[in-house]
Amino acid sequence: MNDQWLDGERLQPLQLKFPEQLEIAADGAQAAVVIAPPALPALMEELRYGADWQFSMLSNLTAVDYKTYFMVVYHLYSPALRQGIVVKCRCEGENPIVPSVTHWWPAEFQEREVYDLLGVFFTGHGDLRRILMPDDYSGHPLRKDFQAPARAEKR
Amino acid sequence: MEVNNQELEKNFITTTVDKFLNIARSNSIWPLSCGLACCSMEMMAAAAARFDLSRFGYEVFRASPRQSDLLIVAGTLTWKMAGPLKRLYDQMPEPKYVIAMGSCANSGGPFADSYSVVPGVSEILPVDVYIPGCPPRPESLIQGMLELKKKIQNPELGRKTSDE
Amino acid sequence: MPKAQTYILNMGPQHPSTHGVLQVVLELDGEKIIKAVPQMGYLHRGIEKLAESRTYPQFIPYTDRLDYVSAMGNNLGYCQTVEKLMQIEVPERAQYLRVIMAELNRIASHLLFMSSLAIDLGATTAMIYGFRDREDILDLFDMVSGARLTYNYIRIGGVMADVPADFVPALQKFIDKFPAMMAEYENILMGNEILQARLKNIAVLSGEQALALGLTGPLLRASGVDYDIRKIEPYGIYDRFDFSVPLGKTGDNFDRYAVRMQEMTESVRIIQQAMEQLPAGEVMAKVPRMIKPPAGDVYHRIENSRGELGYYIVSDGTPKPYRVHVRRPSFINLQMLDKVCRGLMIADAVAVLAVLDPLMGEVDC
Repeated sequence: MNDQWLDGERLQPLQLKFPEQLEIAADGAQAAVVIAPPALPALMEELRYGADWQFSMLSNLTAVDYKTYFMVVYHLYSPALRQGIVVKCRCEGENPIVPSVTHWWPAEFQEREVYDLLGVFFTGHGDLRRILMPDDYSGHPLRKDFQAPARAEKR
Repeated sequence: MEVNNQELEKNFITTTVDKFLNIARSNSIWPLSCGLACCSMEMMAAAAARFDLSRFGYEVFRASPRQSDLLIVAGTLTWKMAGPLKRLYDQMPEPKYVIAMGSCANSGGPFADSYSVVPGVSEILPVDVYIPGCPPRPESLIQGMLELKKKIQNPELGRKTSDE
Repeated sequence: MPKAQTYILNMGPQHPSTHGVLQVVLELDGEKIIKAVPQMGYLHRGIEKLAESRTYPQFIPYTDRLDYVSAMGNNLGYCQTVEKLMQIEVPERAQYLRVIMAELNRIASHLLFMSSLAIDLGATTAMIYGFRDREDILDLFDMVSGARLTYNYIRIGGVMADVPADFVPALQKFIDKFPAMMAEYENILMGNEILQARLKNIAVLSGEQALALGLTGPLLRASGVDYDIRKIEPYGIYDRFDFSVPLGKTGDNFDRYAVRMQEMTESVRIIQQAMEQLPAGEVMAKVPRMIKPPAGDVYHRIENSRGELGYYIVSDGTPKPYRVHVRRPSFINLQMLDKVCRGLMIADAVAVLAVLDPLMGEVDC
């Protein structure tokens, strides 16, 4: 069964199209394209509508807290061309701000979840509020420096 | 006409009104349908045909807390749900009972160290019967309800817990 | 002069028809829905955070409790993701057993869907029938794993243990009575006038609309989109089986119901083929005693009963994962609730929720 998720070699055309902004991380089980937030919209536009890419489905949107930086990870899939791609958007610091991809894919709930649990702010989302924790909750539980309140304080 | 005591005992049941009411209550407990998580699947299976709660008189699951006397907390209780659950309990008329079904309701279960889970429903409600299991089989739920029946009929069996 | 205005009606989180603790805030004009906003999180247990303090095998029971009605599928997705990260080859017998368990679980899940749909619409008999037949499958699972609902059967590298000797005859017995069972449901439900009146031509979504809402699974296929991960990106040994993917024509609530019923028949076909081809052999690969995947991240997805279930695991080389994210289909499918309910009556909203079939353990994680 061949792997449909694009490896380093098949990602090369993207590197040529975005020489400065994009980096290919090809060591590991799945190769990924790494980019910074300002260049994200242009890349997503290309991946969504470009003839070689046609990634019309957003399979997964999540984020990882790597302590000094955040990585927002997108898994896109193209049913037409039977290929998948991993896009990672690296944001330095503690207050990550990333452009929303709701313009291209139905990512409303997934971006709200990432905002709620990790504190990543998505510009252009339109309805970015907590989705799982109570509305008046403070803190982002999935962050590595999150301290759960002690039992007595939770009441 | 002389009435023989032994004859009397064979043909009449003497009891106090309380005891009689308790027998009536325990044979017709109306649970509130309040399944939170996985245990609710086993609760539904207990109410279905194979395990059949209605042989004991307990099949009438009510949608409204005003009409029920048993709250079966089936599943994990989170802090977000704790407020609504307390409100449901407060709306139930006396006498009311609470069964904690499953390890999550007993003590938080596998999620006890999570930031959003209440470590056991006894944190916010007085519990009458604890049913262990993850999830407990429907037979366990039935046994738990029969323990509750015993407790209703013999109130001195239960320890007094303070009402929070 | 009295002025009509809209009002807010709160449905849930405790409500007999919301499939668990889902709160839907309805803005109503009389009985017509103007807006239906789902509020989730009443069952948010922090499973993704707990994953960071459990070892990889210790996390498998937590996956059971996500979509607790199709637990085998959840186990399968997670174990396959870890195996992808560690490049483990699962033995043939284990692969076939996994397929049998996953498809049996799909049937059990769809039977539960049918029962909840029936009881939400008031057809109590169909609910009892569905539960009665589901018990046969739960007995099979009890035989292999010791549990009725949360199995922890599929492990990293294979399955927990080989099936006992009376499993195959019992499974055959279930498969033999399956056609009669489906005929009974056709009679009570599919052809039932009231069910058809309540479901046909309600909440119609075209294929493009369904894709634009992010739907996957039977909901997407009901709108005519041929997207089943078992066919598009086969995982395990699904490419060895001959089965078809039922699609809907109108994209209404009835199609969402009918597609799942037809999927059960297809699942039985897969199980029959798997039983015929089931080889002898090991059921667990040679895995190290302590599961320590190499540092890196991987994403893997399967077709679970409710849609595309994905696992994203980030490993830092230690026995405990750095981050686990579960791409839950019910969570994303709920995006359709507001869009589809506008203009419907309250009773139709109940029917929409029933055919949407959200599982709150999965929605809230």
